Amino acid sequence: MTTHIGIDFTPPDVAGKVTGEIKYAEDYKAEGMVFARLLTSPLPSGRVTSIDTSEAVRMDGVVGVFTADDLPPVPPPGNPALASEYVTYVGQPILAVAAVSEEIAEEAISRVRIGFERRDFTTDPLNSLTPGGANAYPEGNVLVRTEEEGPEGTPIRGAEIRDIKWTQEAMDAFRSGREPVGAEFTTEWVFGDLDAGFADSAVVVEEPFVTIGYPHHSLESRTCMAYWENGRCYFHGSLQSQSAVNNGLARMLNIEPGNLVFINEATGGGFGSKIGPYPFMAITGNFSRMLNRPVQLRITREQEFYIGSARSGMQGWIKVGVKADGKVSAVDLVIVNDGGATGGGSGNSSAGHVSIVYQPESMRYRGISVYTNTTPRGAQRGPGQNEMASVLAPIMDKAARELGMDRVEFRRVNAVDSNGWYGNQSGPVTSAFMREAVDQGAELFGWNEKINQPRRNGSKIRGVGTGVGYHGAGSSGYDGLIRIGTDGRLYIHSGVGNLGTYSYAGTCRAAAEALQVPWENCEIVRARTDRHLPHSSGQGGSNTIFTHTRTNWVAAQDAITKLKEIAAAELGGDPSEFEIGDQRVFRSSDNSQGLTYAQAAQRAIEMGGKYSGMEYPEDLNPITERAVQGLQGSGLIGVSRDNLPHEGQAPGILVGFCEIELDTDTGKVEILDYAAVADCGTVVHPKNFDNSMRGGAVWGFGMSAYERHVYDPQNGLPANVGLYQSKPATYLDVPTLTKAGAVNIPDPQNPVGARGIGEPTQGAAAAALSSAIADALDGYLFNRTPVTADMIVNHVAGNNYNTTSLKTNTF
Amino acid sequence: MPSYDVMPNMELYQPVQVEDALALADRFAERGWLVGGGQDTYGWLKDRAKSADALIDLSAIESLRGITETADGIEIGALTTLTEVSDSPVIRERFSVLSDAAGKVASPQIRNIGTLGGNVSQDVRCWYYRRGLSCYRAGGNLCYADTPEAMNREHAIFGASRCVAASPSDTAPALVALDATMVIRSSSGERTVSAEDYFIGPAVDILHTTVLRPGEILTGVRIPNTWANATFYFEKVADRNVWDFPLVNIAAAFRVNGGTIEDSRIVCGSVECTPHRATSVENAIRGQAKNASTAESVATLSTDGARALAHNGFKIPLMQNLVRRAIAA
Repeated sequence: MTTHIGIDFTPPDVAGKVTGEIKYAEDYKAEGMVFARLLTSPLPSGRVTSIDTSEAVRMDGVVGVFTADDLPPVPPPGNPALASEYVTYVGQPILAVAAVSEEIAEEAISRVRIGFERRDFTTDPLNSLTPGGANAYPEGNVLVRTEEEGPEGTPIRGAEIRDIKWTQEAMDAFRSGREPVGAEFTTEWVFGDLDAGFADSAVVVEEPFVTIGYPHHSLESRTCMAYWENGRCYFHGSLQSQSAVNNGLARMLNIEPGNLVFINEATGGGFGSKIGPYPFMAITGNFSRMLNRPVQLRITREQEFYIGSARSGMQGWIKVGVKADGKVSAVDLVIVNDGGATGGGSGNSSAGHVSIVYQPESMRYRGISVYTNTTPRGAQRGPGQNEMASVLAPIMDKAARELGMDRVEFRRVNAVDSNGWYGNQSGPVTSAFMREAVDQGAELFGWNEKINQPRRNGSKIRGVGTGVGYHGAGSSGYDGLIRIGTDGRLYIHSGVGNLGTYSYAGTCRAAAEALQVPWENCEIVRARTDRHLPHSSGQGGSNTIFTHTRTNWVAAQDAITKLKEIAAAELGGDPSEFEIGDQRVFRSSDNSQGLTYAQAAQRAIEMGGKYSGMEYPEDLNPITERAVQGLQGSGLIGVSRDNLPHEGQAPGILVGFCEIELDTDTGKVEILDYAAVADCGTVVHPKNFDNSMRGGAVWGFGMSAYERHVYDPQNGLPANVGLYQSKPATYLDVPTLTKAGAVNIPDPQNPVGARGIGEPTQGAAAAALSSAIADALDGYLFNRTPVTADMIVNHVAGNNYNTTSLKTNTF
Repeated sequence: MPSYDVMPNMELYQPVQVEDALALADRFAERGWLVGGGQDTYGWLKDRAKSADALIDLSAIESLRGITETADGIEIGALTTLTEVSDSPVIRERFSVLSDAAGKVASPQIRNIGTLGGNVSQDVRCWYYRRGLSCYRAGGNLCYADTPEAMNREHAIFGASRCVAASPSDTAPALVALDATMVIRSSSGERTVSAEDYFIGPAVDILHTTVLRPGEILTGVRIPNTWANATFYFEKVADRNVWDFPLVNIAAAFRVNGGTIEDSRIVCGSVECTPHRATSVENAIRGQAKNASTAESVATLSTDGARALAHNGFKIPLMQNLVRRAIAA
């Protein structure tokens, strides 16, 4: 019987967040601390010809200036912490000034004189791909990966910038919503017989589409504070991950990872933009070392827009063939990503979404990611998948309608199951039960009743929609580390970051479950490198629940083995004669013969060796090795690399259903009802699951109907540098109550049955809402995300809002 | 660009008597900055897009707060918060178009701090202008918003004159609809102007959105009983239901007798630099039945003369729809 999995609990940092006692990076101060501020580029593209800081450094209170010359050079296509010769977007940091107060630093920055030479710029990838179009970089306009790409959010390795132009004919075709025949791409794959797939189709739907980028606008801007003591750097930062960032951050500071103490108790939102150390962290730590003083670099809300990265926008074309029975037989997909100043796009992940959610019999994907002189782009909640889900749902609805098939039934027919596969037929899934989620969701939502209800009431029209969110949701191969103290308590060392999802706490429940320790006798040890934290995955890609229930489980299994061995050594017999329970290890045949966990921990210290961490497995990551070394002799150490079997993609799948009322007079959309059912294996923490469903849905509604990322093509200036201008959905834009459920069928490749679900929560809501908007308008396709009130008013008024003309901006 | 987001060095005055505030306003004139709730002010100052030598904080002047009944209606102190206006029993009972409008401003938090005086006197929200670009309104010789490629979805469809910024206020159309009078004081005395005349477009003065001049303080708003208990209509269409400026809003007052409209005042916001009165509609419906048929027949009149920019053409049907809804309601 489970004692921890699937049962609600309160993560230990919740109270601090409610009371405000918890500390974020900006809350930390150190004696002698000075304040750094950034000077950033006012131009979208140019060359820095001169920097004169003489007047600034003469000011009272100014203690130093930090420029690109103080950091190792970062050749293109890297994203340097500070621009050296070329600036490639408005808001790009050029230098930092430190002073005894922020006001003085700010005043000093206003006295820095910088000479610029303007360059042509582009805010639209299609303009850059057009013959004669401007390139965002002197070297070219397209990011080309020359080796395998790394995980999302990690630095790109093996990449170069090339100059690629399409023919005018291909561009004209693409802009007109047709296939860009003869266009050059940098990613291309195909499986199955595409021609045969379309030939077999009863219905073929062909549409262009556009999705915009979205800034992250993490509520906690990425402020850092750093100081040095005896060659060690103490670094307070705001990242999603904890242990996973150690090596990269140490490299930025040019120190051994063991000399870095990274402190990150809580993070006020990251959403993909803080998975790994971002370039600007290099400024604070190195500036502090240069000045030999603690340095805090507070990032303003506007700067968070500039350097906090954004989702990549898409301009695309899709052709879908569907057989008479509803099975998707062929998909042909073209995506041009807006890679901003960092060039990367998520088109391949978008194609992956299509492949897993609809399991087409044949598919071709062609993609290219183009630099623009706009903010850096990076991973953002379901990068590629969620915006694809949003814009794809109404297109698939059209196919279902033309086939005369119910839209939910259409999803059901194509649903992925445990025999399914992902992407370019690249691998199996660990398990999948999407069909069950579709059925359960349709029931929870009342689909059949809602599609038959009256639709129009004056200017208001009811619409219902459905959509699917998906993200790969699990990894393996990381380390688990636990300690049973001589006080009998279970200390679960977690290198998982606290990005606000509470997965750091949920995953620790697997160790408590395995060792059968009541939660009140458990303590999660986390948040500071010097608290001896094991090697953990980055908190991105919805992977944490799957990945780290496994690591904590294997660490607990190691501890159980050691408990039994200690008991056998102490009480005689073979370890197999012992079992655990009630925080004791005891002989199965006579439970009066045993040791408490506290006693066993004391014996472990006395026995030494592997029992107290003096010895440890050879396959541990060096980060975990250092952590174990720090714990040596302090109790019974359970430590192991996760070598559990793992084959295939662990999918997180969410099926969403949405009911709206659309006012044709005002273009306003009111969301009346939303229900979603997840296929994410066993739900580890029900309350947290519900919160994730709600939070993700709010952002999904924002994606499909509210949020903006607007650049003026005349001058390269962004229009939405603040929260009110970017318009994320507020609590009054979403239903007070939403419904959520889970299939709750355990995944066989996770010891507690769990898979992740974080990212699909946005995609499913976004897709269901865009599907509902199209439904309210009799299937009209805007083919863009978001669809805002002005577009709806224009459509209803017959204002000929051109939906086939691809545009990256929402207005 | 510097980081900004810190207050510039400036003198701070916190008078508690209106006479002291007037003396300060007179003394500092263009170099002084009046602040009430600060919801418009602090963005300008912390962004360093505008500056002043002295900040004259009016928020401690109790005599500028509150709602009082007068012989001919009510007077609302300029520092009365939008929440107080929204919640006021007398306004809700007699001038509900104003309480409805005030209740739709921004967010509850901003309404708790923001004042009626500030809401009607706030500067335009053209993002080019607020970014600190040297446009006509900022004293330059260019409009960034009125070009074929500009991002001008929120801009004006009426009254362009070198500038196409739109009035962002929700309460301003309501005050015009109620034929309110704005009370303006200076060290040399008091003057009053009608709400309709308080707001000025770029053709009159491109540097200001109201008739307030250096040294003057808007101290209150008088609402006559002329339109008390009329048939009112207010609607705001914004992208979001909270914390957003209007795409278009409408405030309307109808004097209806036996189902016939005897008189009306119909005012739209965010379509021009000032609240925009749909006078042609008011004239057309005078003596007509207040119903859907009348509404349908006159709605398109409301946008005669409108000129759409690259991205704000939707405001024309949207305004027509709101006028129609107001009359048909």
